[in-house]
Formats: sequence, structure tokens, C-alpha cells
Amino acid sequence: MIEFINVSKVYKNGTKALNDINISIDKGEFVFIVGHSGAGKSTLIKLLLKEVEPTSGKIILDGMDITKVKNRKIPYIRRKVGVVFQDFRLLPNKTVYENVAFAMEIIGAHPAEINRRVPTVLNMVELDDKANDYPDQLSGGEHQRVAIARAIVNNPPVLIADEPTGNLDPDTAWEIMKIMKNINRRGTTVLMATHAKDIVDCMKRRVVALEDGKIVRDEEKGVYEYEF
Amino acid sequence: MNMSFRIFKNVLKQGFQGMWRNRGMGIASVGSITAVLIILGMVLIMILSINNIVSETQSKFDEIQVFLEDDIKEKNIDTIGNKIKSSDGVKDVKFLTKDEAMKDMKEDWGEEGGLLEGLEDENPLPNSYIIQLKDIEYADAVVENIKGMKGIEEVKYYRDIIENLLSTANYIRITGVIIIIILMAVSVFIISNTIKITVTARKREVNIMKYVGATNGYIRGPFIIEGILLGLIGAILSILIVNYGYDYLFKIINEKLYVIFTVYLVAPHALLKDISIMFIAIGVGIGTLGSLVSLKRFLNV
Ligand SMILES: Nc1ncnc2c1ncn2[C@@H]1O[C@H](COP(=O)(O)OP(=O)(O)OP(=O)(O)O)[C@@H](O)[C@H]1O
Ligand SMILES: [Mg+2]
Repeated sequence: MIEFINVSKVYKNGTKALNDINISIDKGEFVFIVGHSGAGKSTLIKLLLKEVEPTSGKIILDGMDITKVKNRKIPYIRRKVGVVFQDFRLLPNKTVYENVAFAMEIIGAHPAEINRRVPTVLNMVELDDKANDYPDQLSGGEHQRVAIARAIVNNPPVLIADEPTGNLDPDTAWEIMKIMKNINRRGTTVLMATHAKDIVDCMKRRVVALEDGKIVRDEEKGVYEYEF
Repeated sequence: MNMSFRIFKNVLKQGFQGMWRNRGMGIASVGSITAVLIILGMVLIMILSINNIVSETQSKFDEIQVFLEDDIKEKNIDTIGNKIKSSDGVKDVKFLTKDEAMKDMKEDWGEEGGLLEGLEDENPLPNSYIIQLKDIEYADAVVENIKGMKGIEEVKYYRDIIENLLSTANYIRITGVIIIIILMAVSVFIISNTIKITVTARKREVNIMKYVGATNGYIRGPFIIEGILLGLIGAILSILIVNYGYDYLFKIINEKLYVIFTVYLVAPHALLKDISIMFIAIGVGIGTLGSLVSLKRFLNV
């Protein structure tokens, strides 16, 4: 589903953010990306979202080489990848329902399809009863659940989350993880960058550890880090 | 309803919303476009009217008209006539009596000819010779030859007038073009700032749209629609103002009996279609350009 082949990224100012990265992620996998601040986790995600271009190497997404694509093709790549950020990024003047429907309107979905799909997704993130609330009436965890609903409403094969629990207390973070797990169980490939040690250790999923832009560890059912 | 139509409807709706939410700056934008187009309209009318006068006058270009004093003796009329005939470059000479002159004038004025009714008895128009030249080159020599002869009241020829008119028209054209270009640039600037405000207000939304996979067209569309709408409103306002304003002015000039003036002026409404097409094209052009400038500077998708 996702493949990085000898990918390096050097930013314009000379920062080497990623150095010869090789990862292959299968359809339906759940993968944690861990590493210290500045290790290159967000850069990896930005490469998949076509927000930055790799300096060298090749990136394959859903069977398609996305290393070099025309600008006007980028939106169609992004439709294959639902994305969730630490800071939620909801529209304050739209209700929960409208925030989620927004993602469907943008790609020209049929209103009947929107009316059918949005409640389904809100049910998946357990927000049925908050459909008509505005973001300022929601808790942090609820914010993130709306963001997740928006990310998956168009049924992307991949869900990417950059520190989705970074702004949440541990209990709320676990609610989010439960939802992410459910989404993964339905077949969506999940890629999650995180600092949350206890979550990674408990989930027993594949862990890719980055350090200074290099992969230092990549194991099934891994843990956040080993004690020495 | 298919997908692309829904997308288009969404874009259009957001464009209208953007304009409405940002109506303060929108008024400034519309005002600036309206001002440019009104000035353009004035310059156009002036130039076209001058062109009318020039072409009207140009047909008399190779003529010299020699007006004679009213109390001239029969003998002097002949002397002057012979002198003219003997000048170099004269093709034909015609004597035009007071009465004929009056008749011609009535014809020239057409419907307004009635205004001259009752003037026949004390006809103020003089007798005159109308000289046809072989070539305009000879004009100065012929005039020099007969100037100062007894019984001649005035020698009128059109070269000076035409040159004056042409240089005035040119002057208006050049100043007009400069003013219009400056004002257009100002309008583009004002519009790009208006759109910038909408862009800033929607930055968050645009960012989300980007991640959800909205196309560039979908993201840029509403801003360009807003620019086009501002341009269109400005164009429609200026078309109305120029059309009715000029109609009003024309009537005033006509009522004050400056008929001689108005026969040369472009008739009101005659330009309505051309001006409408032109103004809408320019207004929409300025609006679109303003949006594009703004998007290039403030929105990287
Ligand atoms: N746009 C940029 N221009 C230049 N350097 C950048 C840019 N973005 C990131 N970097 C640098 O690249 C390196 C990797 O950054 P990245 O954001 O990928 O780290 P991260 O692992 O996500 O860190 P964190 O855990 O703090 O989010 C850092 O040294 C960072 O300073
Ligand atoms: Mg990061």
C-alpha cells in the first residue's frame, strides 16, 4: 500500500530530515512511527501528502508512483489519504455534521450520498448525538473524533495521523486509539506518528523508529523504546 | 445533477458568500472600477465626437471661403472673382449669394432649420466665393494673394482648424490612455487587496480543503468568482451612469440651442451596445486580474 524506496529529504536550508528511508507497508497494517522531536516523523508524512518533494528516492502509494506528479494530480493523491493532525483543524462556523460533510462536498459528492454517509461515519466515531453542535461546544477528544470522521468519510485506503493524541489527556487518548483500531479493523491502512510511549507499548503493532532521519528499528509488535 | 455541476454550484456559492462577507472592501473595489470605466466612457465620447467634427470638416479641406462685405460694390465683386481665378492652383470658383447661403444652412440644420425662420429678411449671412483648390498645398499662396483686397471681410480655410482639432484629439487620447492605465492599475491593486482579505479569512478552510483533496480550481474558483462579480457590478454601474449621464448632458446642450454643437456629438445610446460589451470585458478583466494577483501572492496551494 505504501512504499518508500531509498527516500531522502534535504530541506532548502540544508537540514537533512530523512536519510535513505526504506519502508514497505502492506494493506491493512497499523504502523507507529516513533522517534525524538526532529527525527523526521512529520517529514515522512508530508512526503505522502505531497506537501514536500523528496530530494531523492521513490514513493509508491496504492500502486501508484507519487514521487513526481503534476500539481493538478496532487488533489487526487490526497483523496487516497485521510489525515488527522494534533491540532484537529475544524471549521469553527460549521457544525460537526457540516465539518464532515464539507469533505464530501469538496469532491462533488451527491447530496443523497452525503446524507447517507455522514451519519454512518459519525456513528463510527460515536458522535451521533453531537451532529448539530459547533466545535466550541466540544471537548478535545470530541474535536479529534470529528477530525477522524472527516478524514475517513471519503473512504480513503490510508489514514495518516500526526500525533493525534498529542493534545489529549491519557483517557481521551485511549478513546481515540480505540476508534483508530476500529477503522484499521475495517481494512484501512493506518500510519501514526506519536510520542505516546504507553499507547505504542500497549497496542503491540508494528513500530518504525526514526533517529536523525534514519530508520533505527522496524519491528512487528514493537515497543516505543528499549530500556538499557 | 452531475458531479461537476455540483462542484461549480459550490464554487459559485462560495464566491457570492465571499463577496457578501467582505462587502466593505467590495464597495471600494466596485467604486474604483466604476470610476475607471466612466472616465473611459468620457474619453471615448470626446474622441469620437472630435473625429466626427474632423471628418465633417475634412470634406471642406480643399476649400477656401472668402466672405465679402455686405456693402461691397458690384464691380469689386468681379475684381475679386477675377483675382481669385487668376491665382495659381485654383480649380474652380463659385459665387454663393446670401440667399443661397441661408438655404444651404437650413438644409444643413435639417429639422432644426425652423430656428432660422424669420431671419430671411435681415439675413446675417454674407455673400461669399467658394474656391476649390487643385491641391491643399496652394491654400496659403491663394490666401496671401487676395488678402487685404477691398471688400473682403474674412477668408476662412480649414487647415488650422483641422490641425487644432487633430492635436486636441490626440492630446485627449494620450492623456486619457495614461489616466485609464493608471486607474486600471489602481483598481487591480484595490481588488487584489479585497480578495486578500477574503483569502485571509478563509485560510483555515483552504488549508483543510487542501488536505481533503480539493482541486486547485475548486480552491481558487470562489476568489476568482468574487473578483469577476466585483468587476461585473462596476461595469454595470458605469454603463448605466455613462449612458444616462450622457443622455442628460446631451439634452441640456441641445435645449440651450447649441444645435451646432450637438450635430457633431455622438448620439446618446448609439454607443450603448459597444460600450456595454467593452465595459463588461474590461470590468471582468480587471476583477479577474486582481484576484489572480492576490492568489499568486497570498495563497499557495
Ligand atoms: N520546512 C522546513 N524547512 C527546513 N527544515 C525543516 C522543515 N520542516 C522540518 N524541518 C527540519 O527537519 C527535521 C525533521 O523535522 P520533522 O518535523 O519531520 O520532525 P518530527 O519528527 O516530526 O518532530 P516532532 O516530534 O517535534 O514533531 C527537523 O530538524 C526540522 O527542524
Ligand atoms: Mg512532527
